[in-house]
Amino acid sequence: MTYDPLLERMPTSRLPSFSDREGVFGGERPAYAEESPFKIHGGCGLMGICDESGKLMSGETAIRAMAVQRDRGNGLGGGYAGYGIYPEFPDHFCFHMMYHDLAAKEAAEAVFDQYFVIDLAEPMPTRPVKGISDAPLLWRYFLAPDPHKLEMAEMTAEDYVVHTVMLINSKVDGAYVASSGKNMGAFKGVGFPEEIGHYYILEEYQGHTWVGHNRFPTNTPGWWGGAHPFTLLDWSIVHNGEISSYGINSRYLEAFGYKCTLGTDTEVAAYLFDLMLRRHKLPMELACKALASPLWSEIDRMPEDQQALMRSLRAVYGPGMLNGPFAIVLGFNGGMLALNDRIKLRPLVAARQGSVLMVASEESAMREVLKSPDKVWTPKAGEPVIARVEGMDWPIHGDLHLSASEVSCAVTGVENSCETVEVV
Amino acid sequence: MPASLIQPEFKVKIDYDKCHKCGRCVQQCGWGVYSFNERPIPDDTKCRACHRCVTYCPAHCITIQKNDLAFRDNPHWTPALRKSVWRQAESGGVMLTGMGNDRPYLNVFDHLVLDACQVTNPSIDPLREPMELRTYLGRKPDSVEVETDGNGGFHLKEGTGVSNNIQLETPIIFSPMSYGSVSLNVHKSLAMAAERCGILMNTGEGGLHADLFPYQDHVIVQVASGRFGVTPEYLNRGAAMEIKIGQGAKPGIGGHLPGEKINREVSETRMIPTGTDAISPAPHHDIYSIEDLRQLIYSLKEATGYKPVGVKIAAVHNVAAIASGIVRAGADYVYLDGFRGGTGAAPQIIRDHIGIPIEIAIAVVDQRLRDEGIRNQASIIAAGSIRSSADMAKAIALGADVVAVGSAALMALGCHLCQGCHTGSCSWGLTTQKAELTRRVDPEWGAERLTNLVHAWSHELQEILGALGVNAVESLRGSRERLRAIGLDEQTCKILGVKPAGL
Ligand code: SF4
Ligand code: SF4
Ligand code: SF4
Repeated sequence: MTYDPLLERMPTSRLPSFSDREGVFGGERPAYAEESPFKIHGGCGLMGICDESGKLMSGETAIRAMAVQRDRGNGLGGGYAGYGIYPEFPDHFCFHMMYHDLAAKEAAEAVFDQYFVIDLAEPMPTRPVKGISDAPLLWRYFLAPDPHKLEMAEMTAEDYVVHTVMLINSKVDGAYVASSGKNMGAFKGVGFPEEIGHYYILEEYQGHTWVGHNRFPTNTPGWWGGAHPFTLLDWSIVHNGEISSYGINSRYLEAFGYKCTLGTDTEVAAYLFDLMLRRHKLPMELACKALASPLWSEIDRMPEDQQALMRSLRAVYGPGMLNGPFAIVLGFNGGMLALNDRIKLRPLVAARQGSVLMVASEESAMREVLKSPDKVWTPKAGEPVIARVEGMDWPIHGDLHLSASEVSCAVTGVENSCETVEVV
Repeated sequence: MPASLIQPEFKVKIDYDKCHKCGRCVQQCGWGVYSFNERPIPDDTKCRACHRCVTYCPAHCITIQKNDLAFRDNPHWTPALRKSVWRQAESGGVMLTGMGNDRPYLNVFDHLVLDACQVTNPSIDPLREPMELRTYLGRKPDSVEVETDGNGGFHLKEGTGVSNNIQLETPIIFSPMSYGSVSLNVHKSLAMAAERCGILMNTGEGGLHADLFPYQDHVIVQVASGRFGVTPEYLNRGAAMEIKIGQGAKPGIGGHLPGEKINREVSETRMIPTGTDAISPAPHHDIYSIEDLRQLIYSLKEATGYKPVGVKIAAVHNVAAIASGIVRAGADYVYLDGFRGGTGAAPQIIRDHIGIPIEIAIAVVDQRLRDEGIRNQASIIAAGSIRSSADMAKAIALGADVVAVGSAALMALGCHLCQGCHTGSCSWGLTTQKAELTRRVDPEWGAERLTNLVHAWSHELQEILGALGVNAVESLRGSRERLRAIGLDEQTCKILGVKPAGL
């Protein structure tokens, strides 16, 4: 698969060579992959909160919601994404970076230098927290695509940014893009989520939407990049579950060109959303109906035109149906979406208090965060809970024109998912 | 010289102390093994071990034994091969046989095992939770296109969505067996059962008898090289049409229904004179290429207001490329028939030595269609010795949408796999047109037994899905991750897309 990459049309002479460099800390750099050729099993906890009026709330809210759900993880991964957190740079793409060493940082910065105008580069503010060790170097950058080069590349700014993500993830050893959206950021790492939240000093950020995640991987020790959320531009996804249909979901996606290299359900869910929402332009509600289909017995009782629609959705997207226990929260600039599996095998509770909509794995999280919820309910199996921030566009289709393999490469940053993508 | 050098295969033993001398065995045996002279006297040479007499003897005093003659050991020249040489030296002809390949080739299904959920994801109890087997047979679009209805809801964009698909309540259908090769009562049993189970039966190449018209929504009408019984009316009655190119038991070979089987009713249904042999040519004389096939597919669609058209082929070496061509030619499903598939009559040498196993065929066709991005454009029906719900589940996991059963359906009606179908004397009244034999199958009884079989397998499939932790069959379909191989070589595993157990 080839495409006209932005970089092909630009001088690449200034791009340093990244191969075989000894890290400044010595020793081997890890490949930023989930180290697993096979299916990864795990359980988790999650939360999402959105103030539909657009009012901002502190990241502490998210920390508290996750802290009461501590038992759902085992300290091998926690993370958050916050939206509306960088009002001083609302139109800049913000790159949250993880570096294994200084060499990786230099190399990645060379890429930024070449293709972007950097308006601010700074170390991610952190504080020492007991329980958090082995943190990579964490930096963030507020960038705007170099207008001249963007024009030369004949791409939308979004495509340009994703290609940069791919370039860094696949070609720059020891560098990983944690998030790259506008006015948002992902904060994740190895540890319990409240530790990760304190480590990143989340209480100092104000966002209208937050998602959080607590990980319980049952196999390999976690790595910082492998914690949830996974992101692409401003999209973030956190997931609790175990997709029993992984085998066919991944084969279905592969037929569309996606490469499922991480062996995680989250990756599969991310691509399915990309396929249905961006490429097939399905409304979010219907994508949810395809991922967690109503039962045939329910479909048979629907009004005629709905029957026809649902039958088609199921027959066409059957191989993409996520079967098995899951709860998933998708965050984006403009709102959030939470979805549970079709027979509710994993917990997902929702609550509303005024303009605030909240979801979490456990009700305790709502009781902790919302003082007096108007309503607490258990969303029905397969019924999406959707929050929209007033006055914000839904960038559902985005201005993205990526192929499936490019999306795979950008989301995972794993070398072999980028193989077929000509990045340089 | 004796008339034949071949000694009987079986010995019919009667315990005369217990025998009532009722003569029932004489009447039951389709092959005239017994004569009666104060007591039944069997002629072992004619016995095919169909167990009809054994089943119906009121005294339970008949037993059929293997005639265990010792041959000088020579694994290279098996007794069966020696007998073939003698038989052909006597007859000078092609040896005919019935039912499927009985040679001991490696059985891939028996080297595959399924997965189950433990701890990290829950298994599901099919007795308490919904467990969905519904399947849509036919072409599906790449995506679903919708329009808003203005009130926050959506409906399908005009002219899009899944149309012309056939709804099956379980992914099992009956494979084509023509009226002529099997009796009308068998056809009726199949049609009634298909209706009761919400599935399909298939006319085979012999046309559709008027008695089946009430069940026509559950009938696939076949168009084979002989074009027997094919009229616009016939095409329009079917729920779907099927162009038969080949059959797993005899790839590349036409059909031959002997004149003795063409009685008045068969002749009317097939639209040929009574008593004449019904010969299906090996190829369709209007299909010599894939373009020709495309034209026939679209002619059939045009003739019927675009009902689904499937194409049945035998699984042969190049099956993946052929299937891809068929899908691109516009077929709504590809019917793959593996080399163990049954037949009413076939040259033994063809049946036993041509074709490839259905397991391999499913795997390569499913993968090829996925690689080409056209898997959604056609369903895959897999046949050719699906023996149990386990075979069905494995076939589906390899990538089949639906399995078709023929031999198992006949067995539900009494068939004992005696391989005598080509003789037209089936004691069980199945593959015969002799009135005294065909009346042995009461369609009501037959339909009930077939319905039971389909329901039993469906329940078992639900159990398997539950263990796998999924509640809809589409989540197993093509999910090879849920299969592991035991004792298959690396290359075969690779072709199947299945990991060895332990990985
Ligand atoms: S052919 Fe069948 S019915 Fe006849 S003797 Fe043998 S077992 Fe009995
Ligand atoms: S059916 Fe049984 S009891 Fe009757 S004559 Fe034959 S062997 Fe004897
Ligand atoms: S259908 Fe009749 S003749 Fe053919 S194998 Fe079965 S029992 Fe024997």
